[in-house]
Amino acid sequence: MGMALLEVRDLSVVFRRRGEEPTIAVDNISFDVEPGQTVGLVGESGCGKSVTSLAIMGLLPSRGAEVSGSVTFEGEQLLGLSQRQLDERRGRDLGMVFQDPLSSLNPVVPIGLQITEVLERHRRMSRKEAKVEGEHLLNRVGIPDPNRRLDEYPHQLSGGMRQRALIAIALACRPRLLIADEPTTALDVTIQAQILSLLSELVSGTDTALIMITHDLGVVAGLCDEVNVMYGGRIVERAQRHALFAEPRHPYTHGLLASIPRLDAPRGEKLVPIRGSVVDNIAWSRGCAFAPRCPNQLEQCWSDPPELVEDRGGMLRCHNPVEVAPLAAEGTR
Amino acid sequence: MTSSRATKIDRLASVAARGPEFEVGPDGQGSPNGHDAGVSLAVSAWRRLRRNPVFIVGAVMIGLFVLLAVLAPFIAPHDPALRLLEDQVSRANNEIPPPQDGYPLGGDQYGRDLFSRMLLGSQQTLLVAALATVIGLGGGLVLGTLAGAFGGWVDSVVMRIVDVLLSIPSLLLAVSIGALFAEQSQFTVILAVAIVQIPIFARLLRGTMLSVRESDHVLAAKALGVKRRAIVFRHILPNSLGPVIVQSTLVLAIAVLDAAALSFLGLGAADDSTPEWGQMLGNAQDFFDSQPHLAFWPAGCIIVVALGFTLVGESMREALDPRQRR
Amino acid sequence: MLQLALVVVVLSVLIFGWLRLLPGGPVSALLGDRGTAESRAELTDALGLNDPIFVQYFAFLGRAITGDFGTSTGVSPGKPAMELFLERFPATIELSIAAILIALIGAIPLGYLAARRRGGWLDNAGVVGSMIGISIPIFFLAFLLKYILSIKLGWLPTGGRQSADIEATRVTGFFVLDGLLTREWDAAWDALEHLLLPALALASIPFAVIFRITRASVLDVMDEDYVRTARSKGLTRRIIRDRHILRNAMLPVVTTVGLQTGALLSGAVLTETVFSWQGVGQALAIGFERKDYPVLQVVIIAAAMAYVLVNLLVDLSYAVIDPRIRTAQKVS
Repeated sequence: MGMALLEVRDLSVVFRRRGEEPTIAVDNISFDVEPGQTVGLVGESGCGKSVTSLAIMGLLPSRGAEVSGSVTFEGEQLLGLSQRQLDERRGRDLGMVFQDPLSSLNPVVPIGLQITEVLERHRRMSRKEAKVEGEHLLNRVGIPDPNRRLDEYPHQLSGGMRQRALIAIALACRPRLLIADEPTTALDVTIQAQILSLLSELVSGTDTALIMITHDLGVVAGLCDEVNVMYGGRIVERAQRHALFAEPRHPYTHGLLASIPRLDAPRGEKLVPIRGSVVDNIAWSRGCAFAPRCPNQLEQCWSDPPELVEDRGGMLRCHNPVEVAPLAAEGTR
Repeated sequence: MTSSRATKIDRLASVAARGPEFEVGPDGQGSPNGHDAGVSLAVSAWRRLRRNPVFIVGAVMIGLFVLLAVLAPFIAPHDPALRLLEDQVSRANNEIPPPQDGYPLGGDQYGRDLFSRMLLGSQQTLLVAALATVIGLGGGLVLGTLAGAFGGWVDSVVMRIVDVLLSIPSLLLAVSIGALFAEQSQFTVILAVAIVQIPIFARLLRGTMLSVRESDHVLAAKALGVKRRAIVFRHILPNSLGPVIVQSTLVLAIAVLDAAALSFLGLGAADDSTPEWGQMLGNAQDFFDSQPHLAFWPAGCIIVVALGFTLVGESMREALDPRQRR
Repeated sequence: MLQLALVVVVLSVLIFGWLRLLPGGPVSALLGDRGTAESRAELTDALGLNDPIFVQYFAFLGRAITGDFGTSTGVSPGKPAMELFLERFPATIELSIAAILIALIGAIPLGYLAARRRGGWLDNAGVVGSMIGISIPIFFLAFLLKYILSIKLGWLPTGGRQSADIEATRVTGFFVLDGLLTREWDAAWDALEHLLLPALALASIPFAVIFRITRASVLDVMDEDYVRTARSKGLTRRIIRDRHILRNAMLPVVTTVGLQTGALLSGAVLTETVFSWQGVGQALAIGFERKDYPVLQVVIIAAAMAYVLVNLLVDLSYAVIDPRIRTAQKVS
């Protein structure tokens, strides 16, 4: 492994509002992304995964959001850059696909222009060249009849097609890093699989790295090389994909896996939901944020915040990790 | 088309229907501790209001105005109807009494004490604003409820008339109403100003009631078998009130301004022995070039009062609709 | 279009009822205070006031459709009300267009800047200023402008549409435009000088309202996901502003401009009176004072129709800006 494409170090994001307690959305997280690698950021809504991606892209509001730590992209520190300097990078080296394709596309501008404007900006193409390339891009993301689609508006496209268009926009300048923030959440289940396979097809075999942000471990299973599980703004477990599914160590990861239905599970097996919700969290400064919901909690968890330490080839933040693989456990029950 | 202004009113009405949403925290997440989630619309709106400097400034302005209206009879040095300085008035030279001992602002065009008239004018102005608003609200309530309760063709007819009335510019509507009275008095002005507000209130109330009735939390209450009375009084009414209170506050400002405009156009009492700021301003037009201070005093007071009501109304609207909180 | 027809029908019923309710009824409405008992009886019969009410209504409707609203009794006695209206109409249109242009050109950029620098001095001054703007009686503002700029400083004319010593050729009835069309530059300039103050006074309320709606709309749009997408594409600031923020933020502004028509016409009555602007609004003010009901009738009908027409235009232009509505209309 050479130098990482993206190095996130001690990244924290604090939201401050007048007259309200500051909220720590992202709390000292660090991870690397290698060229061509697909890294997952997994967790429930509110765990800070989307805020992390917006912080990397420099898209958080300048007021009210306090970002600290370091984000190095190809050796360049992104956090200190002005918006103008960032604009040279965004869209060209860094692309992003958002959750809701309908609200993420400008409703009053034709799809074509929303693609060609990136090409004109970063690849210095003329309007005409950009149009040809735009048609090519739409074709590549699997939109039929691209020439006609270029003149259509977002509301005239289906949800899946909109997301394909958004992917075409993000990939238009062949970025080195693509961030996909819950790209399938707003879509029908059948479309979800199509979009995921499109994404993996587009990044595999290229050196474009992908950060996949999702709450859905199924998405991770099909796509990611390495997975970071986030809880309460911190990374609680990091592992290679296979290790994570075969042997989840953190009770939260274990809970996530146990709560999704699996086709290969024995018939009649019950799903085990994680009890409680994010609102039960305690502050990391007082202990483990997950403690109130944790089946493995110890007394220690309520007073002593666990550190992120090396564990079986990955990283883990837990006082009392799960010892057996979930499938084995279910099988013996 | 005509519905354009109507949609604006409807939008205000729809604010009411979003009752339970107000309990959602600013980040779109439920508040962490359970008991906070039960805070009512009014309480959470009041919390936001209390911190808003715009509201405080407006409320202070209104407070002073009301205080003035209450205290005016005790402070005013002279009877506002008496032409005490008439000997100093000269029609020919456009001369009116200048400020002098006992008359800090001088006299008006009839030699009456301007200072006392300004003080006591607050009473009549308050009365015009309040009466016009109450009548407008009452009329709107009747029409809106009628349309809402009967539905069907009654609803269509009433709302069609309301739409047409909304498409007539408010001042023209007020003038045509004023023209219906053979004898004009201060009450004609109040009535004209009030009637113009009736279609606005009617549309607002009907829209509010409809959208609240259809809203999820009322449907939920119905599904749970909550009694009809309880639904009306605990769910529909409280949630409909917000926009109506906002609109009423704004109408208080509009009424003061409209009354002045109507007086300016010559609608209103020939008898102005009981002073009213709008009327004083309207009647000062003939002396504006030579004696502008006759207009400045009532105009200044009207601006302050109208601004006070506008500030309070707008900040209440913001407090009720956190999405617009800026 | 159906709605337009419906408005006209309801409006005609309202106006008909209004004429019947006037003190003294339609006879006084036509004759004013001048009628003798004999002429009143004659007119009562001629007007068919002894006929059943619906016959009377249709007779009224028939006359109205042919543009016959009677003869002016007070504003310009003897002249048909419709003719008087048509003569004065261009003056009011000229004034209103000038006012709305001032409001649009000034308020939209200011509203945008205020939103971008939310909480800054421009924003706060703008919000406070707009609230003060709608709290000033418009005729007082007109007086104030006239008093300071015309009477005290003598910079601009105190009233009217054109100086008496200028002989201008009339083409359209819009004096500034006439001067430009006929290349009578001094006449155009003179007309513009006359136009400036009344237009400024009349612009005050639309200015305040358009400023606030632009500001609110830009603030809303800046929070939209597609603006975030545009920023994630590294587009230039100018493209993000024009193509992604303003194009969307203008939608509510367009609606507001339509809604301001009513306020504009109300304001025109007051402004025209202060500046002796010989338009429809002044005719209404004089007509009210002199109980010239035929003139009032025409002006009220015309104002309501203008309001409805402008908002119809707004709806149409909305479809031009917003492709979502365009598609919906094509389908239906």
